[in-house]
Amino acid sequence: MDWLELFISAGFWAAMLRIAAPLIFGTIGELVCERAGVLNLGIEGIMTMGAMTGWMWVFQGGSLWGGVMFAAFVGAMFGLLHAIFVVHLGLSQHVSGIGITLLASSLSYFVFRMILPDSTTPPKITPFQPINIPGLSDLPFFGEAFFSHTPLTYLALAIIPVAIYCIYRTPVGRAVRMAGENPVALEAQGIDVLHIRTGAVMVGSALMAIGGAYLTISAFDAFFFGMINGRGWICIALVIFASWKPGRALFGALLFAGLDAFQVRAQQLAGGAIPYQFFLMLPYLLSIGAMIVISKSMRYPKALLVPFRRGDRI
Amino acid sequence: MQLEPRENISISRVILAPLTAILAAFVICSALILWTGESVFEAYGHLFKGAFGSRFAISETLNRATPLIFTGLAAAVAFRAKFWNIGAEGQLYFGALAATVLGAGVITMPSILMIPFLFLAGAIAGGLALLGPVFLKTTLKVDEVVTTLLLNFVILLFVNYLLEGPLKDPMSMGWPQAAAIIDEGVLPALLPRTRLHIGFVVALSAAVMIWALMRYTIWGYEIRAVGANANAARFAGISINRTVMLVAMLSGGLAGMAGITETAGTKGYLTLDLSPGFGYSGIAVAMLANLHPLGVIVSAIFLAGIYVGSDSMSRAVNIPTYISDVMVALCVLSVLVSLLFVKYRVRWK
Repeated sequence: MDWLELFISAGFWAAMLRIAAPLIFGTIGELVCERAGVLNLGIEGIMTMGAMTGWMWVFQGGSLWGGVMFAAFVGAMFGLLHAIFVVHLGLSQHVSGIGITLLASSLSYFVFRMILPDSTTPPKITPFQPINIPGLSDLPFFGEAFFSHTPLTYLALAIIPVAIYCIYRTPVGRAVRMAGENPVALEAQGIDVLHIRTGAVMVGSALMAIGGAYLTISAFDAFFFGMINGRGWICIALVIFASWKPGRALFGALLFAGLDAFQVRAQQLAGGAIPYQFFLMLPYLLSIGAMIVISKSMRYPKALLVPFRRGDRI
Repeated sequence: MQLEPRENISISRVILAPLTAILAAFVICSALILWTGESVFEAYGHLFKGAFGSRFAISETLNRATPLIFTGLAAAVAFRAKFWNIGAEGQLYFGALAATVLGAGVITMPSILMIPFLFLAGAIAGGLALLGPVFLKTTLKVDEVVTTLLLNFVILLFVNYLLEGPLKDPMSMGWPQAAAIIDEGVLPALLPRTRLHIGFVVALSAAVMIWALMRYTIWGYEIRAVGANANAARFAGISINRTVMLVAMLSGGLAGMAGITETAGTKGYLTLDLSPGFGYSGIAVAMLANLHPLGVIVSAIFLAGIYVGSDSMSRAVNIPTYISDVMVALCVLSVLVSLLFVKYRVRWK
């Protein structure tokens, strides 16, 4: 295989979408939270929780979509916990978020070990299968690259326009944006800032959990320890890279996933000339690089990290 | 529901609130123990005995607490200035790398010089690991949470590469580990026939020094001022960037020293599993201590007790070891809430 061939192989583009999908869920989830003014560092733990609960639901005999719903529900509950701490009690968003990540990931591992006490090789489930779209899936190249994915991958792509519509075109979306920009003005409109923020954090956390579940019931078929492996933190970098805009979040996630897919293939091409660890570093370094590039033109929500108490004035 | 600031903060409340919170965390955790089918009191009994029940148990707990005091101080100093250094794990490994590169035979000095030299090298290496993020933060306002977090992964991969390549000990029978620290650099034992070493004393004195620095020096005052209100600090003529840089070097240096106590003390050489997440646990230590440097000593010993005790608990009764992390997380969150009620009272309307 040659370097150029890499880009014209359908497998590369298919892998790119597969890698991007969980990042899209996580990034949009984090974006919804931050647009309402709440940083959610619980993302890494909530994704781990989503991966475990979604998989466990299916392993216990539930349906695949049931697993997605269950993961979303559990994610929303951890979002509620974070919201109680930072929205209602006004605690430090950094500290509470790290606490939520600690709690959610350790609880995931504990519950997994309790239900499956001694499994050296993780048991498997039958994950989501690629859906066959008549006509499109049979196309040469495009069929394999873009039209033979699992329903959850398409759902990831579909939530981008939905998120754009909800955030920019609906009253609720406007309220969420105002909660993140100018909560006092929102309060003056007679809308409860605390409710809006709580709702946004719960919805965002549910999306993060679906992103985690994607890994265990669509991309793979088993739950591993440490399988999120920093994806949550990368989502936070992607939100900044996207300058808090959902459309650019899609672009960022695809760009990132493209590099990750390239990195895996380049490793094989390089054939050991460059130690593999340097390839594995690339995604993390790229995330940092993207934040440097964007730092000049960054426009973050004005009330991000600022707790709101009823009756506050600016 | 409304929160109202209390007029005066009573000392008894400052002491009692976290203790109540920890008790609450243990009560919540006992639900998980009930699920395993074991007796709650028996399980907690094993936990306590495993952590503090014998001379050996205590020495193991204090040994585990040593790196946690350093990483806890690293987080406490940084968070006090609202500089969110979540990269202590990576900085710890940079410190450990310094110990390996300089302490495995390149330089030979008598112990009395070699050990301070290694600690200094570890601190410098730890600070260097944080130089990139702090530079990006002060010049381009790049968020340090993400850069420090992601650098943990990069540094761990880098150490992985070094251990499989340039730094691999040819005598290690194929294991990815580095050459051992020379005898002059090894931290002497504090108690005979235990693993507890002089690093614990160094950690205690570091905590006292950081406490004095934060409380009695202008630097400490500036750090606290920047953390409390960066704008007000700027108006008072404090250079924010210089203070953040100072905080970062202190924080990274402290985390780097945790790498020294582990390579030159507990393990004797660098491996990839040198730290079971000491950098991340340090954040929990700092949060439990409410970012107080002397409180860090107490909370590090407490968390080390949970980790060491739960190891022996899961050997004795059938409970997964992951329960220790759940306990720590519950303690952190409940103490966080309890400290809020020290400063505020709830007014129901």
